[in-house]
Amino acid sequence: MSKKMHIKLNVNGKDEEFLAEPRELLIYTLRERLNITGPHIGCETSHCGACTVTINGKSVKSCTMFAAQADGAEITTIEGIGTPDALHPLQEAFKEHHGLQCGYCTPGMITRATKLLEENPNPTEEEIRFGMAGNICRCTGYQNIVKSIQAAAAEMNAAKEAAE
Amino acid sequence: MIPAAFEYYRPKDLAGVLSILEEHGDDARVMAGGHSLIPMMKLRMAEVPHLIDLQDVDGLHGIDISNGQIRLGAMVTQAEIIDHEGLAAVAPILREAALQIADPQVRYMGTIGGNVANGDPGNDMPGLMQCVNATFHLIGPEGERSVPARAFYEAAYMTAREDEEVLTAVTLPVPDGGYAYEKQKRKIGDYATAAAAVQIVKEDGVCKAASIAMTNLSDTPVFSEDACAALLGTALDDAAVKAAVTAMLGDIDPSEDNRGPVAFKKHVAGVILRRAIERAWSRA
Ligand SMILES: Cc1cc2nc3c(=O)[nH]c(=O)nc-3n(C[C@H](O)[C@H](O)[C@H](O)COP(=O)(O)OP(=O)(O)OC[C@H]3O[C@@H](n4cnc5c(N)ncnc54)[C@H](O)[C@@H]3O)c2cc1C
Ligand code: FES
Ligand code: FES
Repeated sequence: MSKKMHIKLNVNGKDEEFLAEPRELLIYTLRERLNITGPHIGCETSHCGACTVTINGKSVKSCTMFAAQADGAEITTIEGIGTPDALHPLQEAFKEHHGLQCGYCTPGMITRATKLLEENPNPTEEEIRFGMAGNICRCTGYQNIVKSIQAAAAEMNAAKEAAE
Repeated sequence: MIPAAFEYYRPKDLAGVLSILEEHGDDARVMAGGHSLIPMMKLRMAEVPHLIDLQDVDGLHGIDISNGQIRLGAMVTQAEIIDHEGLAAVAPILREAALQIADPQVRYMGTIGGNVANGDPGNDMPGLMQCVNATFHLIGPEGERSVPARAFYEAAYMTAREDEEVLTAVTLPVPDGGYAYEKQKRKIGDYATAAAAVQIVKEDGVCKAASIAMTNLSDTPVFSEDACAALLGTALDDAAVKAAVTAMLGDIDPSEDNRGPVAFKKHVAGVILRRAIERAWSRA
């Protein structure tokens, strides 16, 4: 065993400090140490995107990052996107448009989609499919995921316009 | 899928990196985005008792374009290459290729330095860098040196870089003429079954210069001088393109794996190169 490191993270706005071996993968830090179980482990081999979180403004597969690498970072997981009483427009749209079936991929999908819409608030279907290519879903056939993201984009753009 | 234990270092400068490399020799290794190295460590195919994270090291970041030269710091990510409008204006082949690497999450993390230093024949940047005649800049205990991309690759995972050297930057002349990066893959996010990087200069309807490199069709990228020569001085008629494809097929040496048997790979290589040449010509 190597010596433990002192690691500081800010997860969903909350500061976290702990000692961990550097080899600890961030997905385990989140799920097992911090009990943030929204990000899932689908493949553990960097392919499925179920573990996607936002780290310093980037969508990252947290099974492919050491907690040590994230030391000092700001992290957002699905838990930091909307609440059960006030769903994020993406969450609302996934619910409304059947963007999920078993729900296993959904936290990663929605977390990735928040970043996609931030970078491209008005994506075409093709841009959505390309921008979501790092997230795999075994259930939906993707059609309703695309529809949900389109609906959320429309909703968010309308809200932005109304606010202006 | 937990890697073996290691000591983690996050130095702020190259001197710090070099001293750790010197102290631990073979037992130390640098990490850039980690998106090739961490999967290998999880599979225990790479053992790295001393892991040096380059993320905070000064001088490895940034894209600079001046006097017809492009400099990409080793830690420039694929996402940064895609997003950089100035770079896309002068070297659009880099964006076209980067968009065909992996998926968005991987592109936020994967770096140019890691991609070219890795030595995996499946990586797309090495062939691309041979096509655009890039130079790799290294620093080690003996000082700095540079190696042309076309002379860097020796065998799978074997490159001209010494273990105690760090790649600091990639430089290339602003490419001339039409370009194309064509890649055949089984699914989005996959490594290439075959890929071709092509730059062609057209003058008065005649090919004045051509540069062709192939990916994942040998244990190193293949810069095919004979394929380039087959196009020179021609109007890129069918016979010339056929001759270039034939020359390229003579230079590659694919092996059978889960992407298909040798005959299939050669077939795909021919199709991909023809497409890349035609598209580069149409843009020249
Ligand atoms: C799902 C998935 C799909 C992928 N698909 C593709 C693809 O289609 N095409 C493709 O090209 N790549 C693909 N990759 C690989 C990805 O692009 C990698 O990130 C990249 O190849 C390596 O970059 P890195 O910054 O992550 O390097 P690391 O993983 O950090 O390092 C890779 C190797 O290079 C060495 N190294 C890194 N930086 C330096 C440096 N500055 N000096 C000296 N040595 C250094 C490391 O020691 C290590 O041996 C894929 C990866 C994943 C996970
Ligand atoms: S669990 Fe991380 S990509 Fe599948
Ligand atoms: S809803 Fe089941 S995996 Fe996507």
